[in-house]
Amino acid sequence: MDAQQYGEKAGLKNMNNLSNIDPALFAKRKRANKLGLTLSMIAMVLGMVFLFWILGVLFYKGFSSLDLAIFTQSTPAPGSEGGGLANAIVGSLMLVGCCTLISTPIGVLAGLYLSEYGARSRIAATTRFVTDIMLSAPSIVIGLFIYALVVAQVRHFSGWAGTIALALIAIPVVVRTTENMLLLVPGSLREAAYALGTPKWKVAFKITLRAAQSGVMTGILLALARVSGETAPLLFTALNNQFFSTNMNAPMANLPVVIFQFAMSPYDNWVDLAWGGALLITIAVLGLNILARVVFREKVQG
Amino acid sequence: MMELTQSYSAPTPQAFRIAQLQRVQDFLFRAVTQFFALSVLIALLGIIISLFINAWPALHTFGPAFFFTQEWDIINGEFGGLIAIYGTVVTSLIALLIAVPLSFGIAVFLTELCPATLRRPLGTAVELLAAVPSIIYGMFGLFIFAPLFAEYIQPALAGTLGHIPGLGILFSGAFNGIGILCAGLILAMMILPFIASVMRDVFEIVPPVLKESAYGIGCTTWEVVKNVVLPYTKAGVIGGIMLGLGRALGETMAVTFVIGNAHRLSPSLFAPGTSIASTLANEFGEAEAGNHLSSLYALGLALFIITFIVLACAKWMLNSMEKKQGLKT
Amino acid sequence: MNSFLKKALLISAISVAPTAFAVDMTGAGATFPYPIYAKWAEAFKAKTGSNLNYQSIGSSGGIKQIKAKTVDFGATDNPVKFDDLEKDGMVQFPAIIGGVVPVINVEGVKPGEIKLDGPTLADIFQGVISDWGDKRIAIMNPGVKIPTGSITVVHRADGSGTTAIFTDYLAKTSSLWKDAVGAGAAVKWPAASSVGGKGNEGVAANVSRVKNSVGYVEYAYAKKNKMTYITLKNKAGNYVAPDDETFAAAAAGTDWAKIPGMGTFITDAAGAKSWPITGASFILLYKNPENKANAAEVIKFFDFAFKDGKKMAEELDYVPMPDQTTDFIRKNVFTKVVTK
Repeated sequence: MDAQQYGEKAGLKNMNNLSNIDPALFAKRKRANKLGLTLSMIAMVLGMVFLFWILGVLFYKGFSSLDLAIFTQSTPAPGSEGGGLANAIVGSLMLVGCCTLISTPIGVLAGLYLSEYGARSRIAATTRFVTDIMLSAPSIVIGLFIYALVVAQVRHFSGWAGTIALALIAIPVVVRTTENMLLLVPGSLREAAYALGTPKWKVAFKITLRAAQSGVMTGILLALARVSGETAPLLFTALNNQFFSTNMNAPMANLPVVIFQFAMSPYDNWVDLAWGGALLITIAVLGLNILARVVFREKVQG
Repeated sequence: MMELTQSYSAPTPQAFRIAQLQRVQDFLFRAVTQFFALSVLIALLGIIISLFINAWPALHTFGPAFFFTQEWDIINGEFGGLIAIYGTVVTSLIALLIAVPLSFGIAVFLTELCPATLRRPLGTAVELLAAVPSIIYGMFGLFIFAPLFAEYIQPALAGTLGHIPGLGILFSGAFNGIGILCAGLILAMMILPFIASVMRDVFEIVPPVLKESAYGIGCTTWEVVKNVVLPYTKAGVIGGIMLGLGRALGETMAVTFVIGNAHRLSPSLFAPGTSIASTLANEFGEAEAGNHLSSLYALGLALFIITFIVLACAKWMLNSMEKKQGLKT
Repeated sequence: MNSFLKKALLISAISVAPTAFAVDMTGAGATFPYPIYAKWAEAFKAKTGSNLNYQSIGSSGGIKQIKAKTVDFGATDNPVKFDDLEKDGMVQFPAIIGGVVPVINVEGVKPGEIKLDGPTLADIFQGVISDWGDKRIAIMNPGVKIPTGSITVVHRADGSGTTAIFTDYLAKTSSLWKDAVGAGAAVKWPAASSVGGKGNEGVAANVSRVKNSVGYVEYAYAKKNKMTYITLKNKAGNYVAPDDETFAAAAAGTDWAKIPGMGTFITDAAGAKSWPITGASFILLYKNPENKANAAEVIKFFDFAFKDGKKMAEELDYVPMPDQTTDFIRKNVFTKVVTK
C-alpha cells in the first residue's frame, strides 16, 4: 500500500498535515496505552509487594530468633526449652560440601565434553537435552530414586545417600554453566594452543578451562546455592538426627528437614528455631548468588 | 631461509614417543569426559526405570484406570491417583493464572518503563528472589498468609464471587485458610520471580531496530509491546511459562505446608486436598511394600512424566526462539 | 579455588574420622511417645554418652523401617499381631502408656468444659454432627456457651498408631462408626470438612490454627500447648478428664504377660476413673539383629528408661510401665534378642 492508503488506515487524513490527525482514534490509542502501562505498573507493584513482604517477614521473624545459642546448641527435644541448630548447620555444611566435591569434577568434565566434542555429536545433543530436563525435575522423585538405590540396599539412612541425592540435582547446573562458559572462550585461543602442538587435553585444562575459570566457579556457586535449600531429596535419604554427629554413614541432621519438622509443630521454641534456620538458609543462598555475580562480573570486565 | 628448512625436519624418535603418549592421553580424555557426560543420561534413565519397576505392581493391579480412580484406601489396599493428580494440576494452574499476568507486568516494566538507574537493581532483585528456597514460601504461607486468607480474603471471595451461579461452588465451604486455593496462591508467589526474569531476558533479546522502527512511525509503548515485542518473543515467553509450570508441578515444600493433606476431591477451591509431591512426602516413609508403596511410585512416575512433557515442550520452544534470533539478526 | 578445595577436604576428613566409644543408635516410629523418648535419650546420653537418635515418622513408618532394617528399632502404638511378629522374627514390648485426647479450638471454651461421650464424638468425626451449635452437643453440656460454627475435623495425614488407638475407641463405642469407617492406622475420614496434619505435632498445630476445629493428640502435646481438651464419659458412666492418674487407672487391669506378642489396645477400659482412650506404645526389635552391638545398646537404653525414667515420664503425664511388667519384659523379651 502507498503512503496515502497507509495514512487513511492510520487515521491521518492528510499525511502532510499532522493537524488533521483523527483525534478520536488517537485518543483511543493513548487511552489504551495508558491503561496497559498502568496495569503493568500495578502488576509490578503487586508482584514486588508480595516478594518483599515474604522477605520482610522472614528477616523480621528470623532475626528475632537469631542468637549465639543457635550456633552452639543442638536441636532440643520436644517440650525442652531453648536449644539451637548447631547439629543441623554442621550437618548441612557437610552434606552440601561433600555434594560439591562430588558434583564439581563430574559436572566440569561433562561440560568439557559437551563444549569440546559436542558440536556435531548426537550423544552431546541428547545429553544437553537430558541435562535441561534434570535441571527442573521434581526433587522428591530424585529422593525416592536414591532411597531405592542406596538406602534400601545398604539398609540404613546416611549422609552419603543425602549427598548423592543432592549431587544429582547439582550436576546438571554445573554441566550447563560450564558448557556455556567454555563455549564463550574464543576459538582463536584454542587454535593458538593447537598450533603450538598442544594435545587436546592440555588445551582443555590449561587454556580453555583456565580462561573460563571464573564462569565455571559461578556455576559451582549457583549449584551450591540451589542444593542448600533443597528439602525433599533429604527426607528419605539423610533423614534427621537430634544429636550432633559428623558421621556421614548414619542419619545426619540438616537445616531444611529440621525446619520442615519444627515449623509444623506446636512448640514455640521449635517454631522460632525454624524461622532462624530459614533465615540462615536464605542468607546463605542469596550470599552465594551475589558472590557468583561478583565473581563473574570481575572476569567480564577484567 | 635456512631456519625454515632446518625447522622442518622429520620428527625425532623422542618427539614421536611424545606424540604417541599424547594420542593416548587425548583418547583417555575423550573417554573420561564422555563417560561423565553420559552419566547424566544414565542417571535420568535410571530414575525412569527404577520408578517404572517399582510402580509396576500397582499399574498391573489397577491398570491404566489407576490414574483416573478417585480412591485412597490404605486399609483395604485400594488406590487411585486422581485426587493427587487433580491437586497437583489445579494448584499449578491457579499459580500460572496469577503469576503469568503479574510476571508480564514486571517484565514490561523492567524493559520499557523503568528509569535506567533502577533497571539493574530491580532486575537483580527479581533474579535473587527466584533463588529463595521454597521452604520459605511454605512457612510464610502457613504462618502469615493462611490466617489472613481465612480472616479476610476467603469471606470476601465467598461474599462476591460465591454468589455467581456456576462459579459459586468454587468458593463454598468452611474458611480454613489452608486448602487448594491457598496452595495455588503460594505457588504463584514462588514461580513469579522465575517467570518474570525469563520473560525479561527474552524481551531484552528483541532487536532494538524493530522497536525503534515501530516508535518511529508513532506507535505507543503499549502498541510496541503488544504488536512487536510479544509476537517476536512468543516462543520464548511460552517456554518461560512452561518452565515455571514445570517448577510448580514438582514443588513439594511450599505446597505440603498449606494444602491441607486430605485425600478428598472437592469442587470447592477452599477445600483441603493433596498433591502428588505432598502425598509422597507424607506417606513414603511408612508405605509398606505392596499396593501402597507401589501406588506411591506410580504417582511419582506420573509426576515425572507430566513434568518431562512440559519441560520438553518448553525447551523446544525456547530453542526455536534462539534459532529465530540467530536467523533474523 | 585451592583454599576452597582444602577446606572441603578437611570437612570430609572430619566426617570419615571414627566417632569414639559412644554407640549411635537410630530408632524411628510413633510420634505418640516422641516427647518422652527424646527426654529419655537426653538423659541416657548424659549418663553413657551414647546417642539414641529417634525420628518420629509415625507408627506405620516405624513398622516399615524396622522391616526394611534401616533402623535399630521401630516404635508403634499400633501393635503388630503375634503371627506377623513370628513371621518376621521380631519381638515386641510396651515401653510407655499414654492417653489420646480430643482437642478443640472453639472460641470461649475452656479446657475440659465440654463433655462428650463416645458415640457423639464418633458422630462429630464422621461428619454426622457438623456444627458446634448442634443440639446433641448442647444436650450434653447444659449451661455451657458454645458458639455456632461449622466443624473442621483435623486428622493424621500419615499412618499413625494414635489414629489406630483413637479409631479403635470410636469403633468400640459407636457401631455406626465401626460399619462406616472402621479402625486402623489410616482410615478414610468421612467428614466433609477435614484437614490432615503430619504427626501428632501437625495435628496439634493445625487445631491451634484452624478455628472451630476438632482433632486428637497424645496428651503430652495437648498439655504442653495448653490446648482445650474434651472431658469424656467412660465405660463406668463417669465423666473423666485426661491425666496420668486416669491413664494409669485404665491400664491397671491389663495383664501384659498373658498376651502373646504383648500387643493389645486398652481403649474403653473398665474402672471408675479410667480414661477411655488410653493406649500403650510398643517397641519392635529383631530376634537376630544385624547390628548386635546396637541392639544391645537399645536394650540397655530401655532398661535404663524402665528403672530411672519413671519420674520423667510422669512429669509429661505418661504412665511408666509397672515393675511387674518390666521384670517380665527383661526376663522374657530382652533375652530373646541375640546380642553377641
